[in-house]
Amino acid sequence: MESPLIQLENITKSFGGVKALKGVSLTIQPGEIHCLAGENGCGKSTLIKVMSGVHTPDHGQIFINGKKYKHLSPLEAIKEGIQVIYQDFSIFPNLTVAENIALGSELSAKRKVVSWPNMRRIAKEALSKINVDLELNEKVENLSVADKQLIAISRALMQKAKLIVMDEPTTALTHKEVDALFKVINGLKQDGISVLFVSHKLEEIFAISERITILRNGSNVISEQAKNMDTEKLVYHMTGRKLQDKYYDVDVKNKVPILRTDKFGLDHSFENVSIEIYPGEIVGLTGLLGSGRTELAESLFGLLPATSGRVFINSKEIKIDSVQKAVKEKIVYVPEDRLTEGLFLEQSIERNIIASTVVSLLTKLKMLNQDKINQSVENWIDKLGVVTHSSKLPVKALSGGNQQKVVLAKWLSSNPNILILNGPTVGVDIGAKEDIHNIIKDLAKDGLGVLLISDDLTELRQNCNRVLVMNKGRISGEVRGRDFNQKTWSELQEA
Amino acid sequence: MYNKFFQTTEFYLIVIISLLFLTIGSQNSAFFSINNMFDLIRSGIVPGIFVVCALIVLVSGGIDVSFPAIAAFSMFTTTTILSEAGFNGPIIVPFLIGGAIGFILGIINAVFIALFKLPTLIVTLGTSSLFSGFLLTFIGSSQISNLPTSMLNFSKMQILKFTDETGIVVGLPISVLVTAGIVILVSLLLKYTMIGRSIYAFGGDPASAERVGFSPVFIQFFVYSFVGMLSGIAGIMHTSMMRNSNPVDLMGSELLIIAAVVLGGTRISGGHGTIKGALLGLLLVITIQNSLILMGIPSYWQRFVIGALILIGTGLTAVQVKKTNAKRKSILT
Repeated sequence: MESPLIQLENITKSFGGVKALKGVSLTIQPGEIHCLAGENGCGKSTLIKVMSGVHTPDHGQIFINGKKYKHLSPLEAIKEGIQVIYQDFSIFPNLTVAENIALGSELSAKRKVVSWPNMRRIAKEALSKINVDLELNEKVENLSVADKQLIAISRALMQKAKLIVMDEPTTALTHKEVDALFKVINGLKQDGISVLFVSHKLEEIFAISERITILRNGSNVISEQAKNMDTEKLVYHMTGRKLQDKYYDVDVKNKVPILRTDKFGLDHSFENVSIEIYPGEIVGLTGLLGSGRTELAESLFGLLPATSGRVFINSKEIKIDSVQKAVKEKIVYVPEDRLTEGLFLEQSIERNIIASTVVSLLTKLKMLNQDKINQSVENWIDKLGVVTHSSKLPVKALSGGNQQKVVLAKWLSSNPNILILNGPTVGVDIGAKEDIHNIIKDLAKDGLGVLLISDDLTELRQNCNRVLVMNKGRISGEVRGRDFNQKTWSELQEA
Repeated sequence: MYNKFFQTTEFYLIVIISLLFLTIGSQNSAFFSINNMFDLIRSGIVPGIFVVCALIVLVSGGIDVSFPAIAAFSMFTTTTILSEAGFNGPIIVPFLIGGAIGFILGIINAVFIALFKLPTLIVTLGTSSLFSGFLLTFIGSSQISNLPTSMLNFSKMQILKFTDETGIVVGLPISVLVTAGIVILVSLLLKYTMIGRSIYAFGGDPASAERVGFSPVFIQFFVYSFVGMLSGIAGIMHTSMMRNSNPVDLMGSELLIIAAVVLGGTRISGGHGTIKGALLGLLLVITIQNSLILMGIPSYWQRFVIGALILIGTGLTAVQVKKTNAKRKSILT
């Protein structure tokens, strides 16, 4: 057996008393396509940062090319050929393609003066290594996400990379672009370059990797050849639970749709969206980032008032041109980024929960009715299972899952009829995830109509009775929740 | 390539400036006289260095309002030292001292910005007041008019001397060469050196710059100390051209300079901007300042017109950016 390219042994790392890594080991061979899998918040990103020298581990050993490093610095990691492509690609939108690719290697060559013809030559060479042709003088801000990623990869190659770490590289790519990326990765392997592919998407993990290492809650669970693994095992190791397929079904016969849109559209974002949501339904909505799904949700909530089409609520045509209007029609939207859009982080749990209903909690003299508030807050904390000592604590003291429950409580306390959830379980631990799913299902059973926007295939399959797929601003397909899988997703996407 | 040029801010500026020149010239033929043209250039010598300073800082993603204070501090302190010492040496000495003082004051800015990571506007607002307060309290508040002879000689030296039709000799002060030299030097620095490119990279995305291996601390120290040094030099030029050193001169000129740079297409958000554009922006502002009066427009209107230009100019670019963004980001194909 060849000697490993990089070997991490028993790495521990804590941040302010929270153990992010609890004795993790990882070995990557030269020319290997290795997958690092795990749920959100399992320590994947921390491990990458240890590998690239950004974080110094508290305990444990790092060997690179047989050499032991006690304190690996970012510069040493780069010298050893470890290149990380972060989710934001670390590129310069204001500079040209050529400069973005060549600047790093010119810098490490300690050049003081830059030669533009030289940079263009380097960039051309780097792009040809991965068989890509881009206009070298174009500013990068004018390129597509996939092209930006290719620039990041070719830049890494110019630094004589031996290991390229790709952190969730497929998040914003179309299926075609993902295939193209996999070709590039296989090409890198031919050249003897290792790739650490960080992902939580099962289908991609099996499509590309030779070896899979799984992390759960900051610990190694398993490191195994991909051919000895299957989906069931992978899910079991990632989540610690058996994959049990339970589905959500609902009968909508003889019911009036609670929400119906007719040729709904917003300039530059989406058009011709005609959907129906019946009471009791959980309708999934998916599509790539930038497919228009978030814009659709924001239009339904009045944040981005639609520019064409009509909306009917309980068969009555309503013009939703402001958030106030949407709230009046009992529509509620729980945004993607709960930290900046959904919560007052510094304020108490109590104040967050009553924020949207405070008007109904006043005494006759328009003062706050503390008894009513306590009652309402206790009720929601209990109903949603928010784990906390006191409702007076600031929301930022809670874990991701509990914060998300507070966001839900805030909006549910206004007794909505239509609930739009955008990525409700992103960054939420697995236990809280299931709690949230159960809450959503209970709400739907009480007669709410739910529109659930998500990237999580399993989440959509197990919780939605129908799933809509959006592509380039149009609804490109619809499928029963229980029939939703990677294959149907791809088909509907390209349809 | 040519199509692209017609969409740049520089192109729009050239059109506006040409129109302005033609309008003013048609109203008052004195505008195109060599004397007036030289006047325009002369009034751009010190601001010319300042726009270079403001440009560098804006490209790096910051904003600096302390350069007039640094210039005033450097020039007044230098002339105080030299006049008290009875200095009689060559002109290079005041430039070196002024540049060095500016450099040190720039370092003070850099310490707060790069090491303590404070917002650049707040820091430079603070130091601006601090520097001028220190100057007036501890160094002196009354004008110095007996400048060293080399500085006086420097102000009298002229290039491109003409005798115009009325028999008056007009020429450009030699200090125009200093500004030209600084402009060329900084253009080359920004375009062809690693430190120049790192300023653009850092202004474009500071986190990415750090990951690629640039040192943000070094970049910011370079930017603010270099700009401080240039401001110090500008101060010495100002004082020798005025043949008088007044500690309250130059103060308050920062907004107009930054306005000129922004009119020249530099983005406040960092990463974008050219020397060419900044100089054209300055030419526009100076023309308005100096020449509206030739059209019989009262001088009170200058500020109004410049303010309107900034709003319209940046407004137009903002609308343009929004439009192209909407087109580019359009999901529908």
